[in-house]
Amino acid sequence: MSIELGHFALVLAFAISAISAIVGLVFWKREVLAGYLQQGAVLQFVLVAAAFAALIQAFVVSDFSLKLAYEHANSAQPLIFKITAVWGNHEGSMLLWVLILVLMGAAVAAFGRNLPKDLLTLVLAVQSLITAAFSGFTLFTSNPFLRLSPAPFEGQDLNPILQDIGLAIHPPLLYLGYVGFSVCFSFAMAALISGRIDAAWARWVRPWTLVSWCFLTLGIAMGSYWAYYELGWGGWWFWDPVENASFMPWLAGTALLHSALVMEKRNALKVWTIFLAIITFSLSLLGTFMVRSGILTSVHTFASDPTRGMVILALLAAFIGGAFSLFAFRASTLRVGGLFAPISREGALILNNLFLATATVAVLVGTLYPLLLDALVGETISVGEPFFNLTFGVIMAPLLIILPFGPFLAWKRGDLIAVTQRLAGAAGLALFAAVLCFALTGGEVSLAPLGLLLGFWVAFGALAELVDRAKFFRTDVVTSFKRLFGLPRTAWSTAIAHFGIGVTVIGIVAASAWQQELVTTMVPGQGVVIAEHQVTFEGMEHVEGPNFVSDTGRFAIRAPGGGVRTALAERRVYNASGQPTTEAAIETYGFNQLYVQLGEPQADGKSVVRLWYKPYVTLIWLGCLLMAGAGFLSLSYRRLRIGAPKPASARAAAE
Amino acid sequence: MRAILALVMLALLSAPALAVRPDEMLADPVLETRARAISEGLRCLVCQNQSIDDSDADLAHDLRVLVRERLTAGDSDQQVRDYLVARYGEYVLLNPVMGPHTVLLWIAAPVVLVIGGIVVFVGARRKRAAGQTALTEDEARALEELER
Repeated sequence: MSIELGHFALVLAFAISAISAIVGLVFWKREVLAGYLQQGAVLQFVLVAAAFAALIQAFVVSDFSLKLAYEHANSAQPLIFKITAVWGNHEGSMLLWVLILVLMGAAVAAFGRNLPKDLLTLVLAVQSLITAAFSGFTLFTSNPFLRLSPAPFEGQDLNPILQDIGLAIHPPLLYLGYVGFSVCFSFAMAALISGRIDAAWARWVRPWTLVSWCFLTLGIAMGSYWAYYELGWGGWWFWDPVENASFMPWLAGTALLHSALVMEKRNALKVWTIFLAIITFSLSLLGTFMVRSGILTSVHTFASDPTRGMVILALLAAFIGGAFSLFAFRASTLRVGGLFAPISREGALILNNLFLATATVAVLVGTLYPLLLDALVGETISVGEPFFNLTFGVIMAPLLIILPFGPFLAWKRGDLIAVTQRLAGAAGLALFAAVLCFALTGGEVSLAPLGLLLGFWVAFGALAELVDRAKFFRTDVVTSFKRLFGLPRTAWSTAIAHFGIGVTVIGIVAASAWQQELVTTMVPGQGVVIAEHQVTFEGMEHVEGPNFVSDTGRFAIRAPGGGVRTALAERRVYNASGQPTTEAAIETYGFNQLYVQLGEPQADGKSVVRLWYKPYVTLIWLGCLLMAGAGFLSLSYRRLRIGAPKPASARAAAE
Repeated sequence: MRAILALVMLALLSAPALAVRPDEMLADPVLETRARAISEGLRCLVCQNQSIDDSDADLAHDLRVLVRERLTAGDSDQQVRDYLVARYGEYVLLNPVMGPHTVLLWIAAPVVLVIGGIVVFVGARRKRAAGQTALTEDEARALEELER
């Protein structure tokens, strides 16, 4: 019964979103409409949430009369994996997509009270249009509410690889980011339709960009760590098309974050900012298309039904095409902006955007080129890690070099020589740290010390801004600390986010360049040494899990600093599907990790064991956490300012 | 979502194996290092976007052994790659070669960077020039900014 209620709720949400979209887009000038659309947005959220809850309930009670539950769940699964199984498949994950979409719409309705009424109406109408399109897609091509009769006694299993806490965290975070950019898109559409494109618009749209960007950062980082520990060969980024699909909106979103800053403070870069807002969500849609349509022969692709692919492609073409037509029609009317010299904060942010946009193009071309070449010419080529590492690296290096200069430069007209002087300390420290690492690692000539130099430069450069603004070394220490903690939260968040990038770069370089690997066969009682860690294979145990059996290898690891830890590396076979998985043992020492994977037993009773020592590998994700944390910090400050309705209402009243 | 990758990989196998197995490895460390470097740039043809060095699939194992056989026979790195391209086509190379059919792939990003740079440069110059001539408009704009 509840499944039919959920189904009905989704149909109702589809109808309400369609009506909201049509009425809102046609009669947006009528101020009275805003209130109705706000209620409509909240209602859409309540209804889709009810539909989603119905699915969760069916999965939790193992109601296998629901086709989706039968196909992707099993009564023996632990509760958490019964819940996550709801979105561990195509239909359920589309509904999660729609749920996040309406959540964003409801959030706009809730926080958008101080927006001008016509703008709010348009934003909610466009948001509803997207909801109508994707809830319609879910209902008509990927309906999660189909029943089976007679109901099977037991369900199949969720893919064992997905039976991990990662599935509980990664997709919701990723979608919050991915789909969150729909709000920026809706704001851009509203601005183009109404013609209201000014600094106030940028101020309204920036928190939404920021919150989406933070979640996307967390989602990508979480996905990367999940792949790292679950896939069992210690890689953390593969330039897989599906990874690229989430990375491209991140790159474009990062550019948007910075260009909206220029628009908000200086009323410049308007056309470009609107363009980026459209592009960012278009890339999210493109990602959805690539993952959901089956166009990639990627194993990520749950669906291989071509009708779904064609429908998403049509939606993609309609939204992107419509948006850019409107953009082309309107863009010429908004070419005014604040003036600034090339050497200025604005100039630095434009360079930031130039490099980020180029990086986006590089990833986009690399991802789509083999598909297009195959479709158009019939030639198959591979574009893999070496290509992306080269092109992306070459574009990122100059961006990282100029990054520390940006926050130091003044708006309108900056003094490059003065800034260079103020950054000299950070540059010296970075050089010293990089040379030190170079010497400590044996002075081997490679790109790694240069990479480290870049990472240290970005990290120290970010801190240098705080040090400089607090006037350390120029006044007494107490005053400096007072100044430091009195700095606006935006200064802190800028510094922390940029510091996070440096940390991630250092982690990437160190873990790639100085990783140690050992592949060997071991018998119980045998020991090996990797990176001064003594690893002893103590023996195998047979363990029965809730829905799997596991051959668990027990390893004792003696770290150079003393202390022995026991690590368990598993080879599991899941009961329902008979699928095997491996669970690596990962021990963290400071920022370093020792990664032990147990391979198949050999005929002679030996086991294949693969060990890696990955120095500073955790910095990769810690840096991402710093970036996202900095974003949330800035948001906490920003929201207060957004709450103060002075400029918005004053302007609206004046008009 | 990345984790789904393992699904097909696993489906292709009866049991998961390690990527590089100890019994595959060459006794000569120099040759083995070369073999690893070559393997990292070769695609496991039945996997998605995985090098044969990372993959558990049987085909990847066969290719790893093949690479090592060719190296032991005295082939250069490039000869090994050419041999595999002749057998499996360019699809096997993770790093696409530069050729008429990939020229767009390689030049797309640099071209965007150069065009973008020119647009920014020209835009900045034009803006400055406009700022010097249209003083009245400039003043009006400055005034507008003061009022805000």
